[in-house]
Amino acid sequence: MNKINILEHEMVPEHIIMSEEEVEEILKKYHIKKEELPLIRSDDPVVKLIGAKPGQVLKIIRKNSPAGVSEYYRLVVEGW
Amino acid sequence: MLEEKQIEKIRFGLMSPETIRKLSVAKIMTADTYDDEGYPIERGLMDPRLGVIDPGLKCRTCGQKFGKCSGHFGHIELARPVIHIGFVKDIYMFLKSTCRECGRILLSDKELEAFRKKIGEAKDVNADKEVIIKDLVKEATKKKTSTVNNTCPHCGAVQKKVKLERPTTFMEENDKLTPSDIREWLEKISDDDMRLLGWDPDAARIEWTVLTVLPVAPVTVRPSITLESGIRSEDDLTHKLVDIIRINQRLRENIDAGAPHLIVEDLWELLQYHVTTYLDNEVAGIPPARHRSGRILKTLTQRLKGKEGRFRHNLSGKRVDFSSRTVISPDPYISINEIGVPVQIAKELTVPEKVTEQNIEELRKLILNGPNKHPGANYVIRRDGRKKRVTDEIKEIIAEELEVGFIVERHLRDGDIVLFNRQPSLHRLSIMAHRVKVMPYKTFRLNLCVCPPYGADFDGDEMNLHVPQTEEAQVEAETLMKVQQQIVSPRFGEPVIGAMQDYVSGAYILTKEGTVFTEEETEEMLYFAGIDKFPEEYMEKDGKRYYTGKEIFSLLIPDDMNLEYKAKICRKCEVCLKEKCPDDAYVVIKNGKLIHGVIDGATFKARSKSLFLSKLVRVYGTDTAREFIDKGTKLLLWALMKKGLTTGIDDADIPKEASERIERILKEGEKKVEKLIEVYERGELEPLPGRTTRETLESKIMQVLSEARDKAGEIAEKHLGMNRHAVIMARTGAKGNILDLTQIAASLGQMSVRGERLSRGYTERSLSHYKKGEMGAKSQGFVANSFKEGLNPREFFFHAMGGREGLVDTAVRTAQSGYMQRRLMNALQDVRVEYNGVVKDQERIVQFRYGEDGVDPSKSEYGKPVDIDWIIYKNLKSEAI
Repeated sequence: MNKINILEHEMVPEHIIMSEEEVEEILKKYHIKKEELPLIRSDDPVVKLIGAKPGQVLKIIRKNSPAGVSEYYRLVVEGW
Repeated sequence: MLEEKQIEKIRFGLMSPETIRKLSVAKIMTADTYDDEGYPIERGLMDPRLGVIDPGLKCRTCGQKFGKCSGHFGHIELARPVIHIGFVKDIYMFLKSTCRECGRILLSDKELEAFRKKIGEAKDVNADKEVIIKDLVKEATKKKTSTVNNTCPHCGAVQKKVKLERPTTFMEENDKLTPSDIREWLEKISDDDMRLLGWDPDAARIEWTVLTVLPVAPVTVRPSITLESGIRSEDDLTHKLVDIIRINQRLRENIDAGAPHLIVEDLWELLQYHVTTYLDNEVAGIPPARHRSGRILKTLTQRLKGKEGRFRHNLSGKRVDFSSRTVISPDPYISINEIGVPVQIAKELTVPEKVTEQNIEELRKLILNGPNKHPGANYVIRRDGRKKRVTDEIKEIIAEELEVGFIVERHLRDGDIVLFNRQPSLHRLSIMAHRVKVMPYKTFRLNLCVCPPYGADFDGDEMNLHVPQTEEAQVEAETLMKVQQQIVSPRFGEPVIGAMQDYVSGAYILTKEGTVFTEEETEEMLYFAGIDKFPEEYMEKDGKRYYTGKEIFSLLIPDDMNLEYKAKICRKCEVCLKEKCPDDAYVVIKNGKLIHGVIDGATFKARSKSLFLSKLVRVYGTDTAREFIDKGTKLLLWALMKKGLTTGIDDADIPKEASERIERILKEGEKKVEKLIEVYERGELEPLPGRTTRETLESKIMQVLSEARDKAGEIAEKHLGMNRHAVIMARTGAKGNILDLTQIAASLGQMSVRGERLSRGYTERSLSHYKKGEMGAKSQGFVANSFKEGLNPREFFFHAMGGREGLVDTAVRTAQSGYMQRRLMNALQDVRVEYNGVVKDQERIVQFRYGEDGVDPSKSEYGKPVDIDWIIYKNLKSEAI
């Protein structure tokens, strides 16, 4: 069977691994600690594909949100 | 500073006999409660050391007063052990799986080790520990049930089968195991084996479930009440404890006297019965203990269990003061913000008001009115906190003594803020703040326009009222919860408060072309509605001045308002003629004047896209909108009363030719169906993709019949003009729709259950009037007649079948959606929107911006922050004029 690259699927939004500095900025903007970010499990198919490691933060760009384009941030955590 | 502590965990366990004795402040020896003088007997069930239940006395154990001392446990030494009914199952599990001699589990050490490992890993592999333990018990029990291989792997003792004879008797083969035997047996079980069976021996050892000593609940848990006649009545628990002590004593005496075995055994069983019913009086297999009067006693389990138990009745649900409930009825004369409160209720509910130099004279007057005359007062609280009831006898004295700084609990009066509620409280609009208007008679009165958010009607509905007691609560209720703040729903951004039913058709009648009023009528009408303006333009005819409904209605519109939209009666023509619309369905409001179009459902009806009303709220504010609703509805009420609106079956009259045409069309339809069936039976029907020929036939028949009905409806509709009031109601959106009317005038059409024609009931047919396998239109629920024509018995039955499905659906839907809403509420109860628009729960962020766009539906234009079209329109038009 053909292996499908889910990253190319139209319903999978773009996931980007954020740099330390970018993460700092986001945390400052929302006055939160890293643990207060929404989570995403490390065994999530997208996380596995882009090779994000627990502790890293993903920026997710959603194109079809009520606001047009919106950004969402999720902290990668160990799957349980 | 108070140190903040957090509960890390809670562990539940059982009390050992030693703990029970240690905890006890009194050993209860006698079954008596009070002596002849009415004093509690020491070592009796009402021992003064067990706590205080009489105000004024002090506790013998802790020295605290009544209300402060929560009571202390005593204990009873049981002459013979008894089984705790709540743990019978656990005891049975232990007896089944352990050796009668050595107390070890009946499995080899190797097997036990395997199970130990399995249980240890249970958490990691997400396995259910209970299931593993069940397996272990099953394995161990095999030794007891089989006749071969039935020895203990540890001591070699031969095992016997243990049986439970409900509720509390254990049999080993044919010998009875006494509670003493069982206790001895259970004592032998090792800590490790107990852990394997799911018990933590540090918290609770299994032999503690065989009671040797019984704790006696403090008197505060089972207070005796003194009746008016001076007779003391004891609590059910006390009664039960008396029974236990009596039997316990008799049992001990008999044992000491060396009574025959049989007698001791009988008494022992009786003791078991009493202890069992003390713990739970609804055990299957034994008669419940009864009071002398024959009433079943409420013992420990009954206190906690069920809807009326401690949890659901007292902890999850509580009753409040300063509330009332009565039937509601409509009052179109009061504002949407107001609520009519019966005088009787106003005299019972109070608001605390602090006495100041400014209001002391006023409050004094209220006190002088006393508790029974309406604006009066019920209580006065002095500065030291002492509360005094105002009565007609001492009201003069209390008024005299009134000082600044006292608090007067005065009657509810006009203008007070109260919360009004109707169950089920499904959304925040189910509780809103109203201003009180005290009125005669016994019902709460509310404006008809606030019915939709509450979901209220007047077929006997009752509603609740709560009085906020502090200034802060009153102000908060007013700013956040007042009815006028809730006109636009936070759920979908449409008005939920607005005109309904007759107001909508009344608006049409008032504002349609050709409605005119004489000068006197206009004056009367405007006075009635409380409008202090008068139309400038008028028509003159026969020397009299006439005013059009449009001009009168325009007085309610803000002067600088400009708006254009299609009314509800719009037929949605392909090319819109706008101002030249023959139906007058294109609404033009120019500088606060209604130039074209009629006012109907699209203007200010509740629960619909009411363009005018939502604009009014968003641009001019809630005060203007409230005023519009209050005055507008009154205006319409008057207009409707003058012009009249009525309906009868003659509203569905159609000419004879039309009836004949309808009949012909329906007949043709039926014939077409017959032809289709013929084709099908010949096997020539071309199946639709993905369907069988039978399914194809069905769908084609449905199609043909629905076409026929639609055509019939169209013909009828042509004759249903706006001169008929039923049509006015349907087209303006007041009540009903055109389809309902065509069902009255032309034909009901196909009845259906689960989207299919009616086919079930008898074998291969819907009714016994038809042949088996018949597929014609009439035989499967096509109703050609109209309501006006009348249904024949078969049609009537088909109609009832379709109707029943509707009823069942609504019943099922409400039950399912109610449960779903409960689960959602519980799951989302901690989610909140922070001041910066971030949505959080207790732990983390849920959304970085509320709804990702940060838009509040009730403050936006149908999802968009600004209505650009409207801004452009407003500026262009006002410049052009």
